[in-house]
Amino acid sequence: MRLLALLQPLLALLFAPLLPGVINRTKAFFAGRRGPPLLQAYYDLGKLLRKGAVYSRTTTWLFRAGPLVTLAALGVALLLTPLGRLPAPLAFEGDLILFAYLLGLGRFCTVLAALDTGSSFEGMGASREMQFAAFAEPALLLGLAALALRGGGWSLSSLLSGLTEGLPGGGPALVAAAVLIVFLAENARLPVDDPNTHLELTMIHEVMVLDHGGVDFAFVQYGAALKLWILGALVVGIVLPLPPGSWGLRAAVSVAGLLGLAVVVGVIESCLARLRLLRVPQLLVGAGALAVLALLVALR
Amino acid sequence: MTIPFLRVRQGQPVALASLAPRGIAEFRAAIIAAVRDGARLAAFFGHSAPGEDAVRLYAVLADDAAGELALATTDVRDRYPALTPDCPQAQAFERELAEQWNVWPEGHPWLKPLRFHAPYRTGGTPVFPAGADRAPGVTDFYRVAGEEIHEVAVGPVHAGIIEPGHFRFQCHGERVLHLEIALGYQHRGIEGPGRDGFPILGKSSAGGFQCVETVAGDTTIGHALAHAEAVEALAGCRVPARAQVLRAVALELERLANHTGDLGALAGDVGYLPTASFCGRLRGDFLNLTALLCGSRFGRGLLRIGGVGFDAEPDRVARLLEQIERARRDVANAVNLLWTTPSVMARFEGTGALTADLCTELGLVGPVARACGLERDDRSRFPAGLYRFAQMPVSTWHTGDVFARAYVRWLEIQRSLAFVREQLETLPAGPIWREAGALPPHALVVTLVEGWRGEICHAVLTDAHGGFARYKIVDPSFHNWLGLALAMRDQQISDFPLCNKSFNLSYCGHDL
Repeated sequence: MRLLALLQPLLALLFAPLLPGVINRTKAFFAGRRGPPLLQAYYDLGKLLRKGAVYSRTTTWLFRAGPLVTLAALGVALLLTPLGRLPAPLAFEGDLILFAYLLGLGRFCTVLAALDTGSSFEGMGASREMQFAAFAEPALLLGLAALALRGGGWSLSSLLSGLTEGLPGGGPALVAAAVLIVFLAENARLPVDDPNTHLELTMIHEVMVLDHGGVDFAFVQYGAALKLWILGALVVGIVLPLPPGSWGLRAAVSVAGLLGLAVVVGVIESCLARLRLLRVPQLLVGAGALAVLALLVALR
Repeated sequence: MTIPFLRVRQGQPVALASLAPRGIAEFRAAIIAAVRDGARLAAFFGHSAPGEDAVRLYAVLADDAAGELALATTDVRDRYPALTPDCPQAQAFERELAEQWNVWPEGHPWLKPLRFHAPYRTGGTPVFPAGADRAPGVTDFYRVAGEEIHEVAVGPVHAGIIEPGHFRFQCHGERVLHLEIALGYQHRGIEGPGRDGFPILGKSSAGGFQCVETVAGDTTIGHALAHAEAVEALAGCRVPARAQVLRAVALELERLANHTGDLGALAGDVGYLPTASFCGRLRGDFLNLTALLCGSRFGRGLLRIGGVGFDAEPDRVARLLEQIERARRDVANAVNLLWTTPSVMARFEGTGALTADLCTELGLVGPVARACGLERDDRSRFPAGLYRFAQMPVSTWHTGDVFARAYVRWLEIQRSLAFVREQLETLPAGPIWREAGALPPHALVVTLVEGWRGEICHAVLTDAHGGFARYKIVDPSFHNWLGLALAMRDQQISDFPLCNKSFNLSYCGHDL
């Protein structure tokens, strides 16, 4: 069983770059285009890994460490992440706190690397990222706490497997909505950030990594795909009921759920304009409010 | 008091002898008074023939209410009291004068080079001395002091495939306190004297047509039309009716293509995919219609002095009409999505608003001015060619924000579509070209064309042999760039790309 559980992070490592591909294909479909190949993210990673990197003389070791530490933090977080409702290889009481702050550590290092370049663009991006994270983090933690209070316990794996129903009314539905908003914000998707824009003045996440190249940028891109998978797995875990059956079937259903989520993201991005930056905190506070409400329902 | 202005219609040639120079004090007071009474400074330029000591300044005032132009001239040597403190819309013109002709507008509040080139005049004291630092963007910028202020410099190299320009923001957090725009990277010397001392456009009307078509690549028809009308007016050439209709159709197709592209780009800037993708394609459809007329998507070679270079046979007209009808349906579907999507409207409304007063004061033109409720449209105020016979209603909106600029474009798209269809259905028979004779010596003509971006002004002075002595081009962008800078005040810096796109000004049209 333990060995089987190790297969889950392996699935993530292998298939995470597929998610941006699915999102892009969905958007292309809505725009009447053919779109890039599903495996484009893999091709990009392959290309970047073969390239050298250029470092500005104004940067220090912080800049080089940024992508590495971020990827490492996400790798550890992956070990704590249950795939759907299948338990993670690493689970202990209170691991959801570690999970949230591993994501935080990744962000912190990305931001440090961005500030290290001294570019005003990257400074702006870093400031926006930290501001929005301050709103997104409580929404995520409170939402998870609401699920934990339903009796699952304070570990990601146990609180998700503790959800016996599919998507019952009340608490979990509220949490699902909150976590979905956090998922969109953390992964720099619409309506919070626009992953397609080339306009530095409006970007949040993309502008922070402008100066990275080659292998470093491959780490950044791969890290972004892993983050999409990790938070997506949480959303799928809350929303999707698991059929009883073999491990393989349950894993397949969860992966299918993740791909479905990518399609949903593509649809959202195809029919919504981006929020004005000033409004983003309102959306995230809204997610926080949903999480608080879920907490109250759970405490009742 | 004598009236210091010579009042003419647009495209009406005048002998230079009838335009006596006034004293600088009278000239200055008259312009300030006229602008205060509602006129616009359409052009304000200098000329000094090689060997002459003085520089003669020409002012062209456009009186929208009367549909008339008022001309005035004066002679200055090295310096004169600037108009800008009392007439802000002269600010860029006076910077241009100082740079081109070494005349110092005394009291100009922000006298900086505009295009960073060597002066045209060898005499006089250079206002901006030559040096190694005469490179675009190498200049002082307005700065806001303070610990919490940060400066953001964007360009001249941009992330997208656009023209070079430098934008300097003074920000407090995300809020823009001030934006200063430095251009000149695209300066090609179109107005300047070539090696032989004549305008680079050529000594005569024959040489410069291709050059005029490239003043701003997206406004090929607009500038070519202003040029052709100026030369034809001087030569007294009456353009056949069929050619005039084809010219107007081409001008409106250019407007359709660019307005559609702009609406798509606005949608793209707020991350709204459907309109962005479909308008991108539809812009290509409209460009292809121009290509159907003349073989060039941007209308190169379509116009020529005395008419047009390509006729539209009946089957070609039928194909045009059929494709226009298809494009009309598609563009309505794509664009109406914008007005019915709340998340898009939330971004457009209230962003980058300009007031009508500010617009009037700065002399802004085109959709930008019409979006503030000003009825400034040269097609109805200063009609030339077909527009003297065919009515083109003025499309305005009153809010002055990004939404207004987008919505005015949509209104104009609909009107242009109806206009083009109507004109093609009643295309008059006859020749498409008539030979133009020689140009008269010592004459001046000013033509105004409402291009898709706004008023295009060409002013031509001829010399003793009927060649060009001075060729002045004012692209609408020349007026409007300052409008963009002021629209950004107190806005979020993240809204700049959206604001910029809603103006969509030309860099090369400004830099010439």
